[in-house]
Amino acid sequence: MRIGTERKNMENKLMIKLVVGTEAMFFLSLIMVFVYFSLAPGFVRLQTSELDLRSTGMFSLVLFSSSFTYWRAEKNYHKGNIGMLKLWLIVTFLLGAIFLFGQGKEYIRLFNDHVNLGANTFGTSFFTLTGFHGLHVLVGLIIIAIVTALAVAGDYDEKKSSVISTVGIYWHFVDIVWAVVFFIVYVIPHIR
Amino acid sequence: MSEETDLNVPEPTQSIPGLGVSNNQGLLQWISSVDHKQIGIMYLWLSLLFLVIGGIEIMLVRTQLAVPNNDFLGPEAYNQLFTMHGTTMIFFVLTPAIFGFATYFVPLMIGANDMAFPRLNALSFWMTFFGGFLLYFSFLAGGAPDAGWFNYAPLNQYNYSSSPGINYYCSGLLLSGIGTVTASVNFIVTILKYRVNDMGLKQMPLFVWMILINSFLVLAAFPSLNAALVMVLLDRQLHAHFFNAVGGGSAILWQHLFWLFGHPEVYILILPIFGIFSEIFPVFSRKPIFGYGFVVGSGIAIALLAFGVWVHHMFATGLGNTVNNFFAASSLLIGVPTGVKIFNWLATMWGGSIKFSVAMLFGIAFLVEFTIGGLSGVSFAIVPIDWQLTDTYYVVAHLHYVFIGGSLFGLLSGLFYWFPKMSGRVLDERSGRWFFWLFVVGFNTTFLVQHALGAMGMARRVYTYPDLPGWGILNFISTAGGFLMAIAVGLLIYILVRAVRSGSKAENDPWDANTLEWTTTSPPNLKNFEQVIPVKSTRPFRDYKRPDDADWNRKEEYGK
Repeated sequence: MRIGTERKNMENKLMIKLVVGTEAMFFLSLIMVFVYFSLAPGFVRLQTSELDLRSTGMFSLVLFSSSFTYWRAEKNYHKGNIGMLKLWLIVTFLLGAIFLFGQGKEYIRLFNDHVNLGANTFGTSFFTLTGFHGLHVLVGLIIIAIVTALAVAGDYDEKKSSVISTVGIYWHFVDIVWAVVFFIVYVIPHIR
Repeated sequence: MSEETDLNVPEPTQSIPGLGVSNNQGLLQWISSVDHKQIGIMYLWLSLLFLVIGGIEIMLVRTQLAVPNNDFLGPEAYNQLFTMHGTTMIFFVLTPAIFGFATYFVPLMIGANDMAFPRLNALSFWMTFFGGFLLYFSFLAGGAPDAGWFNYAPLNQYNYSSSPGINYYCSGLLLSGIGTVTASVNFIVTILKYRVNDMGLKQMPLFVWMILINSFLVLAAFPSLNAALVMVLLDRQLHAHFFNAVGGGSAILWQHLFWLFGHPEVYILILPIFGIFSEIFPVFSRKPIFGYGFVVGSGIAIALLAFGVWVHHMFATGLGNTVNNFFAASSLLIGVPTGVKIFNWLATMWGGSIKFSVAMLFGIAFLVEFTIGGLSGVSFAIVPIDWQLTDTYYVVAHLHYVFIGGSLFGLLSGLFYWFPKMSGRVLDERSGRWFFWLFVVGFNTTFLVQHALGAMGMARRVYTYPDLPGWGILNFISTAGGFLMAIAVGLLIYILVRAVRSGSKAENDPWDANTLEWTTTSPPNLKNFEQVIPVKSTRPFRDYKRPDDADWNRKEEYGK
């Protein structure tokens, strides 16, 4: 039984969708814990005083735009435009790295304010939730770096591989998680 | 199957050597294998190893409980032993045994030559393997976990359990949990994409159906456990405040996260068993399964309801009447699809020409024991009864009736049914019968009396008990039953070893069975199938053997 590349590609995509589904459940647990703790008195005050909606909002836009650049990379790959693929991959990588830089900056500021994992329930749930998201961004960056290197090495010169699309599903997922996290952690306290 | 891999993975070139290591590469061939049959067998050996370890732990516990006011074990040792017993049996005996059968037989039953992702398959196994050994390393590292298998807060906090045991509990289960998730992803892709062309979802063997449903259950349930384990590690290592009430955290939160995983987990451990029995009852009753659609449908219903019942583990925490009543109702509801299945199997046997092989004996015993466990389970859905009985030996009796009388009986039944296929050797039916009766009698002796002990108010997880009327004798009976089970397991290992060494050769189709795995040689070749017979009903192999009486060719609805 010989498996066509087409079929293997379908399998890879199904697998990454299942992985993304189970990851979503993981983040759901972390988000529920954050929301549960946020109901306690004093939590929202910390949220509004310690977090910088504007600065993190800017970095969030950077992350969201990396979804757009990745989509461009994928489109160009399917058109067989390998040069543009490499370019958009590099742009995506840079945007993701800028987001992580922003997150690092925010963490350092919070540490200087003595807000850390052991400070209180805000620190505990905030750093766990955003930290795990940051970890997923980091993993995504490593994967994109590998894919970029493979693209430069010529592995994607033919447009048969499902790698670009499967990595894309993961990368968009990481962005969507951030949209939810950003809304719950940064935006909601300013609404109510 | 692997012609497209770029890496040069060491794969066996000769046919799979049954269960032995006598081949040109020895153990290396097993360690480096990405073949689903070898990985499946390794899962099963791992499970047997931990069954012995977990069994020795509980025999020490039962020895301590044999007489009142005993001081054979101190409270610290006792806590570690019952914690390790529960954790081992659930995560490293039942789970790997189920995944072993699934890894071995899902591809064979759907006419595939391997899993969709063979290397991921090996990764899943080795994650489970090292997860188990990491958990056990805690004994050397300064003390095993001692807060029970569900590791309640605040007992899981550093100031209640300062030995490193619980750190090992978290990392060991995290590792094996990731292995379980990756294996489930692999099963889903394999089942949905690798079935032989003419096998539609409605022709799929019920075992495969249950593994499919089960895998979705794993994907939805395990992340909750993994998140909770990470939180305990953060609490203990980095002074976070998730479950530490002094720091503003919540001990109840752990229970919610754990049981949101934990209740689906008990269905994760029983749905595949339902699948195994849905293969075994038709074969040994010489009839098709009664109500194929209902078996599948009730399986899906159980999977969905499983996420709506977790608070029945928490009735005693005081969440209020509204919450309690909601979860009482949903817990009563989930008994219905489970009951439906019992009737499916009874009706399958009804009017059949029943062959009382050891596999079938375990099936019949399962119907009785699992119904007892189900009934005591339903009684917990009634909140006042739960308040009275929670944390007593009644709970211990209930969970062992479903885990042993349900899950383990199913696995033993599957072992006697599939062993000839896996090893090419027959398990001796005569000594198998001895094992069956010893085990069933031992099991009921151990746990039936615990219902009474629980109703009399004996609390679980306490290392000794006062000499109250009746407690001493009932506990002694329970311990005696435990030793009977230990002897039975010893006999089982003897039967297995003897069969592997010098058992008589098995035919390719010793049970005159229905499904595709029996069309291969025993044991199957490295490449499972060159050609697969046509699949037009749920009993393709029977159709092939008896073309004039084929299920798909019959006018009336089959199962009549």
